[in-house]
Order: sequence, then C-alpha cells, then structure tokens
Amino acid sequence: MQNNHMIIGKKVGMTRIFNEEGVDYPVTIIEAGPCNITQIKTEKSDGYDAIQIGFDEKKENRTDKASKGHFTKAATTPKKELKEYRVGTKHSAKVGDTLTVEMFDIGDIVNVTGVSKGKGFAGHMKRHGFHGGSRTHGKNSVMRKAGSVGASASPARVWPGSRMAGRMGSDRVTMKNLIIVQVDTDKNLLFVKGAVPGANNGIVYITK
Amino acid sequence: MDKITSATQDYIKTDLPEFRSGDTVSVGVRVIEGSRSRIQSFEGVVIAISSGGGTSKSFTVRKISNGIGVERIFPLHSPNIETIKVLKKGKVRRAKLYYLRNLKGKAARIKERIS
Repeated sequence: MQNNHMIIGKKVGMTRIFNEEGVDYPVTIIEAGPCNITQIKTEKSDGYDAIQIGFDEKKENRTDKASKGHFTKAATTPKKELKEYRVGTKHSAKVGDTLTVEMFDIGDIVNVTGVSKGKGFAGHMKRHGFHGGSRTHGKNSVMRKAGSVGASASPARVWPGSRMAGRMGSDRVTMKNLIIVQVDTDKNLLFVKGAVPGANNGIVYITK
Repeated sequence: MDKITSATQDYIKTDLPEFRSGDTVSVGVRVIEGSRSRIQSFEGVVIAISSGGGTSKSFTVRKISNGIGVERIFPLHSPNIETIKVLKKGKVRRAKLYYLRNLKGKAARIKERIS
C-alpha cells in the first residue's frame, strides 16, 4: 500500500489571489495542523496498519479520563479531532511526531474531504436537478412539481430509490485533485485552488 | 483583522489613491502581447466600487468611446493595474451610478467636487 499523508484542518474561507500574469483565481484558505501522531496501529496489534493523528487543542478539564490516558501515552496535549488513515508497513512515523503544512509543496495535488453544508428538507429541483413544470401555457401550480413517479397498475407502487424531495447536504464529500498554490508555514495556512466542502470553520481532511 | 485578510496581506496594495464613485480616473493597465508588455490607459468615470473586501475588491470605469458606452471592471489589487490617476473629483449622491447608462451627452455630465 502506498504511503498516504493526511493533515486535519479548518476551512477559513474563500477569496481570490493573483498569479504572475496578474490573472486572479479563486482559492480556499485552510488552517491545517499542526497535528500530532497519537497512535500507530500495526497489523500485529490491530489487524491493519494506520496512523492516528490529532488536531486542535482541547481543554484539559473537558477531556475524559480515558482520552487523557490516550494522549498522555502519545505525550501530546488533548486534541479535539482524532482521525486515522491507512498506511503501508514501511513508514518512519513515530508516536508524538508533529505534522505541519510543511509536508505540502506548491503544485501538490491533494484531495480534500469535508462535510457539506446542510440544506435541510430540499425539493427535487434543488436536490436532484429536476426541471419542474412549465411556467407558461396557463400553468400555475406545477412550477416546482416533480411530475410522474412511476407507472399505474403495474407495478402499482413506487420503485425504491426514486429520486424525490428529502434531506439534502451534510454529506461527506471529497473534492479530488485540488492544487496547492501557496503554503504559509508561519500561520499554518494552505491555499488550495477552488472550493472545498463545508462551511467556514468546518473540519476538513487533506490527503496527499 | 480576520484570518483571510491577514493571510492575503501580500496581495493588497497600500499605495492606492483615494477615489470614489463619480471620480474621473485614468487606469494604466498592463497588456501582454506575446513576449512584450505595454501600458494601456483607460480613462473614464468610476460608476461603481464593489462591496468586496480584501483582494476581491474591484471597480467599474465607464467611458464613451466613439459614441458607444464602454465599461471595464478592474480588480483593484491586480498586479496588472500599474497606475490609477484621479483626474477629476465628481460630486454625486449615489454609490452606484448605473443611471449614467441611460443618459448621454450633456445629461451624463457630473458636477465637480471641490474639497
């Protein structure tokens, strides 16, 4: 298995910056890391190889005893977010190591995973891109209707999985092949070209 | 200062002249033609300054070129904007002068602001 690299971050927000030619393009700023390796899982002890990392400081008095023990073992302060990612057997990571944005270079291609913004109970037009009814030709009550959901006597029911209105958003979404355009090691910031899932201050996982 | 503004400090110009809607400006834009680049000036009335903050801020300049109205939107902090010269200060009562699009000739004049 190829060695992945992951870092946990918080979406700061979007803006635009200029390249050398003076052309502006959209970027998302992510405050990523520093993350500490809190546990290394191995085939022998856990049945698979993985690295667990922690991000964002947590107050000591809000940490339960069991977690405290876990963090003390890794010799780190308590963290709010814990996440593990699979790795191959050959890696030089050690428990307590710190991961920072320095592991990323300009031009790197990354995947960013987050939880998309919740849209609540959304109609089929917003949720599935249906076209709705006609606005003209004397129609007045069918503008956002879905239309037919199936046949009549056979099968005499609606097929399971038919696209209808319902809860939309709050899904785990991965944006693939985003380019790192700038790395700010002093402020722990990553500038990624394009949009990433979720609201500002949402937790995102950046994998290389 | 919020995190986005402080993170994009390097892109923000600090030597910009102060101007508002209604002012007549001359914008020196760098135009790249193959390997050469030159400065082209665009002179006209600022009819809008966008509400965007930080690097996203832009402004719209309108001029009448050969009897045809031409508008250009410039990103304020773009490195391609070499110079912004304020030629005349205008006295207007609005932030967005979109009404100028419907006026021409004498009616489209703007009073000068004496400060």
